[in-house]
Formats: sequence, C-alpha cells, structure tokens
Amino acid sequence: MYFSIILLPLLGSFIAGLFGRFIGSKGAQFITTSFIGLAFIFSSIAFYEVALSNSPCYLTLFTWIDSGMLEISWSFMFDTLSVVMLVVVTSISFLVHLYSIEYMETDPHIPRFMSYLSIFTFFMLILVTADNFVQLFVGWEGVGLASYLLINFWFTRLQANKSAMKALIVNRIGDFSLSLGMFTIFYVFKSLDFATVFALSSNFFNSTIYFLTFEVDALTIISILLFIGAVGKSAQIGLHTWLPDAMEGPTPVSALIHAATMVTAGVFLIIRCSPLFEYAPFSLILITFVGSITAFFAASVGLVQNDLKRVIAYSTCSQLGYMVFACGLSNYSVGMFHLFNHAFFKALLFLSAGAVIHAMNDEQDMRKMGGLISVIPITYAMILIGSLSLMGFPFLTGFYSKDVILEVAYAKFTIEGTFAHWLGSISAFFTSFYSFRLIYLTFLNNPQSNLTTFKKAHEPVFFMLIPLFVLGFGSIFIGYLTRDMFIGLGTNFWGNSIFISQINLNLIDSEFIPYYIKLIPVGLSLVGASLAIILYNFFANIILNFKLSSVGLALYSFLSKKWYFDKIYNEFIVQKAFDFGYNISFKIIDRGLIEVIGPFGITNTILNFTKRFSQLQSGFVYHYAFVIFISLTFLIFFYGFWSVIISFVNVKLLFLFILTLLVISFK
Amino acid sequence: MFFKEYLILAIILFFLGIIGILLNRKNIIIMLMSIEIILLSITFLFIIYSVYLDDLIGQVFSLYILTVAAAESAIALAILVAYYRLRGSIAVRYLNVMKG
Repeated sequence: MYFSIILLPLLGSFIAGLFGRFIGSKGAQFITTSFIGLAFIFSSIAFYEVALSNSPCYLTLFTWIDSGMLEISWSFMFDTLSVVMLVVVTSISFLVHLYSIEYMETDPHIPRFMSYLSIFTFFMLILVTADNFVQLFVGWEGVGLASYLLINFWFTRLQANKSAMKALIVNRIGDFSLSLGMFTIFYVFKSLDFATVFALSSNFFNSTIYFLTFEVDALTIISILLFIGAVGKSAQIGLHTWLPDAMEGPTPVSALIHAATMVTAGVFLIIRCSPLFEYAPFSLILITFVGSITAFFAASVGLVQNDLKRVIAYSTCSQLGYMVFACGLSNYSVGMFHLFNHAFFKALLFLSAGAVIHAMNDEQDMRKMGGLISVIPITYAMILIGSLSLMGFPFLTGFYSKDVILEVAYAKFTIEGTFAHWLGSISAFFTSFYSFRLIYLTFLNNPQSNLTTFKKAHEPVFFMLIPLFVLGFGSIFIGYLTRDMFIGLGTNFWGNSIFISQINLNLIDSEFIPYYIKLIPVGLSLVGASLAIILYNFFANIILNFKLSSVGLALYSFLSKKWYFDKIYNEFIVQKAFDFGYNISFKIIDRGLIEVIGPFGITNTILNFTKRFSQLQSGFVYHYAFVIFISLTFLIFFYGFWSVIISFVNVKLLFLFILTLLVISFK
Repeated sequence: MFFKEYLILAIILFFLGIIGILLNRKNIIIMLMSIEIILLSITFLFIIYSVYLDDLIGQVFSLYILTVAAAESAIALAILVAYYRLRGSIAVRYLNVMKG
C-alpha cells in the first residue's frame, strides 16, 4: 500500500500521457484524478499508521548504485515528516486535479495536462519519501522538470516559454549547489543515506575540511550548500526571480506547484536535514537572515503588483521566507506547521483567483476588475477566508503558525531573532495590506471591466467549487485542529524525524514573552487590512498623489520594479553570459578553435597531402621506372644488409625518420 | 672459362637496359629495345649459371624467357602501332595521359 502511494500517480501519468489519444480527455481526467484520490486515501492511512501510531517504516527495493564505498538503493522512508508531506501533496494534488477538470475543459490538450500534473505529483512523492540524498535529488530534479513542462504548458506563448526557461535556469543554480552539498556530504560522511549521515552528524561538529583551498567547518559548508539549493527551489531572496514569472502557467499549476508543494521542497530539505543544520550555528544565522529578508522583500513588492496572480505569488515567496526563518531559528516543527497550513490557504487563494480569472474571461489585471462581489459571491467568500487565514486573523489556520513563528523569533533574544521578528511583523502588516488591496480592487471597487465580460461573469459550477469548499474548510479549521499535534508542548508526533539540539530549543520560552508582543502581529494585520480598505475606498486621491510625488514615485518604482533585482540580473549577469556565450564560447571556441583543429583542419590537411601525393603520378613511364628502380635498390640493400643495419639504427626511429623525410619532401 | 667476365657483361647489359628506360625521353621503340636488352641480359645470366652449375633447367628457363619476350614484343609493337594511329606520334613525352 505504501508503495502504491508513489506508483499510482506515475501509472496515471503514463496512462494519460501515452494513451491519452485512446482514452480521451474524459478518460484521462478520470484516471489521473481517481489514481491521485486513491493515493490520497492511502496517504491518510499511512499518516494514521506512521504519524499517529508512531510506527515509521522503510521500503527498500533494490540497489541502484554500488560503486566502492558508494552504495545507494531505491529505498523509501516513511517517517512523520514524510507522511505529513505525503498528505499535503496528495490532498492538494487531488483537489487541483479535480479543479483542472473544469478549469481546463476547453483546452485541447487535457490528457497532456493531466499527465504532467500526475508526473509532478509522482516526483514530489519521490522527493519527500526518499531515504538518501541521491533519491531526493531525483525527485528534486523531477519536480523542476514538471514545473518547466507545466509553466510551458501553453507553449505557443512566448512569455510562457521565457518564464519556463527562467524557472529552470534559475533553479539550476540551486541544484548545482545542492549537488555540491551532496558531494561534500559523501566526502565527509562516506555515505549518502539519511540515517547514516544524520546519526553521525554530531561526530563532525567543529571538524574542518578543505573546500576550494579554504579550511572551513565541515557541517557549516555542507549546510550552506544545501541551503543554497533550498534557496533556489523555495524562491528565497537572490534566486526568487523565477517564482513570480512562473505565474504564466495555468492557474491550477500555480496552486499546486508554485504555492503548495514544489516551492516548499526547499523548506522540506532544511527540515529533513535538521541534524546537519543544528550543528552548524553559523548557517542557522544565515538562514534566519535570508528568510526574514525574503519575507520582508516579497511582502513589500506584493504591495504594488497589479497582476492578481503575481500578488499571490509574492505572498507565497514571503510566506516561504517565514518558513525558512522559522527553520533558521531551529523551530523546524513550527516551520513545517506553517508549510502545512500555508499549503491549504495558499492553494485556496490561487484556486479562487483562478475562478476569478475564469469568470473575467482570462483577465488577470486587478485594475480591470472590481465589483465582482455581487457576481461571484462564493469565490469572494473563499478569497476572503484565504486572505484572513493568510494574514493571521485570530483562530483561522494561518494564525496558529504565523504567530508562533513570530513569537519564537522574539523569544530567541539574539540579533538575528529580533531582526527576524521585526521584519516578520512588518511583513505581516504588508501581507494584510496587499491581501485586502487585492480583495478591494477585485471585489469591492466599482466595476472597471467592460460590460460584456462583466455580464458573462459567473460562478464556477461543480468541479471547481468542491476544491474551494474543501480548502476553505481547511483554511479555517486545520490550524486549530492540528496545532497541538504539530507544535504542542511535548508532542511526540515528530518522533525522530526532526532533531533540535537542547541549546536551540525555545518553544517554551516563547510562552513567556510579554503579552503585548504577542499582540503585535495580529494588531498590525488588522491595522493593515483596515488601512487598505479605508485608503482605497475613501482616500484614493491620497494614494494617487503620493504615487505622483517625487519620493512616492521613487518608492513606487522601486517596489513595482521588484527592488530592481531582475534589472540587475539581466544587465549584469544575463547579458554578460549571453555575450560570453556568443563571442567566446560560440564564435571563438566552437566555430573557431574546434572547427579549425577539428573538421576543417583535418580535411584540409588531408586534401593538401593527397593533392601533392597525386602529383607523383606524372604519367611518364620513365618516372615510374625510376621510382621502381630506386625502391628496388633500397629494398635489396635493406634485405641484403639488414643484419648489419639493425645493429646501428633504431627501427622505430628509422621509420619516423623516413616518414619525416617523406613529409618534408612535400612541403 | 671467363665466368666473371660473362657475369659482368650480363650485368652491364642489364643496367644499360634500365638506364635506357630511365633516360630515354624520345622514342618508345628505344624503350622496347631496352626491355628486350634487360630480358636478354637476364637470359644470358641464366645460361651462364646453367653452364656454371651444370644444370639444364637454366637453359630450359632461358628458352621460356625468349618465348615470353617474343610474345611481349609482339604485343608491345601492336600497341605501338595502335598508339601511332591514334596520336600520330610515338614520342614518350606525350605518353602521359594517365596522370593524377
């Protein structure tokens, strides 16, 4: 049963992808969706058995690589962390499959789409159930591939092509770093199995290795390399540029891959490798800083985006920052809890946004919407639930994890902890501001769309509504229901899957911080939300005037140009890489050096040689006779005097000498 | 017996024939004659050694060579006549149609 959780999506993908022509759109939808549904049911059973009944299990299939000390097998590990991810992945994936049935119904390539969704799910399951780094890497690359295919699903759109390539290439930096991390792990630990590496990690505390000729702390360099991998996949600052662009893909894809599951793979990696990170204090500090800066940066950029999906994408980026700095503060279970909750409300937001886009005839610009509350009230309710949950409205799902993250950040009482706490709190303010800006512009504002579109706008019918309701339910109650299980005091839910060293443990401390500190995030959220509504409703002129003033314009451009990250990357890195690629590696090396030495060089030399050689054949009989005579003379000479000659000369040198004479004589 | 002298004579004849082929640029008939000289010198060597070793096979072989040489010169003359009819000349220096 455990194995079928992983294999069912693959089977569904193969059937839909290879035989989609025979089973048709309906068949492909039915098969993939029902297989994922089965996988979800099995995952729930696995969740009960492994997580609730505390019985982790391993499934070892067969050896994959066996080379010297390197022994890697196809092996699946089901511990608490894995099964939590299994439940998240399969449930969201199932709902997204269901949603896609209606959302993509007019698309001509439904079997391909369903096949891609299922193959993505398969790779994600490989990633979360892997029991060694190499297998995790297979899943890691597989989800990257699936992400590329799905962003590029509408492959005739240039923008989609560009975004897909950007996603793949930016991720490659992280993947490269992850593989470097794997090599270093193998170098240090002589093994890539999670069990071996994690059990041994404490032995290598404070040990050093040479990395690029620098003597560095082994675990620090390993964890930093792994973290850069996570930065790429989880869109942390620096390598985040692909995530907003990935919104070119179909909306269900954004919900599944770029909000709920794939982008959390980086966070999952950090949590999975907690025994390594715990013994590398410096990298924990680094992670905290990167995570909190990401949370702040993405939230601030989200304030001024006009594309409906991009706002939510930056929100995802920001929430990923929260998860990462929660992990950096050694509260892996809290980070995982936020990941779990975030999957629900962010998938809900994306799917509702998809419903809005569907209703507005594929319009994504919020400025051209407005007034939709009277047309699609259910979708409005869903977006409202999602947004409230996202901004941490009391007793909704997001509240339980987000507030705990900020509290443990405060209770750390270190520079990075306080830094993360304040940036996180300000981000909470921004989050609620842009969430309600989105709601106001889309639903409450005066209608800005054209009349025909507005009249045609309608609620989704059936398959799109079910996921919305399920996720809406999840966004309200999941946090309340699972809080004690995930991060309750003394919970034994995680078993051995998460390791927190005693020095870093501060979940208890966070219970004793001043009361007003605990109120800050909620207060800021409420203020932000009200401010958004009030400003946009009553003081739109103020916003406009502020945007037009010189300071306001500079600030607005800074934010709406995404802190100029893309501009800097394009001008200083991408353009240089293009120049190098064209001028040096293409013109000088490929078409220059290699062709001159290789194909052209060899053919020209041989042609010249043969031309000269064929000139020997002059056609005059006496020339031939001369050659025959001379050769015969030499032959007889060597034949007769070989025993004398051999004692004087080296045969190989003689051969070379004759050859050289021959070559020189042609020059 | 002038064995050594006969031998030198044969060798001189042989080299004369070869030099005739190598240095001759004018006439194809001279070339044919040179080939004949080479063959005759070889025949002569066979006969000398046959007498010297008292072995009749050498003389028998010389008869064979004579026969072959006669046939060869007949064919060569036939080619020469055909060539002359074709080109109107028997000069060797124009005999280089088959070059690379």
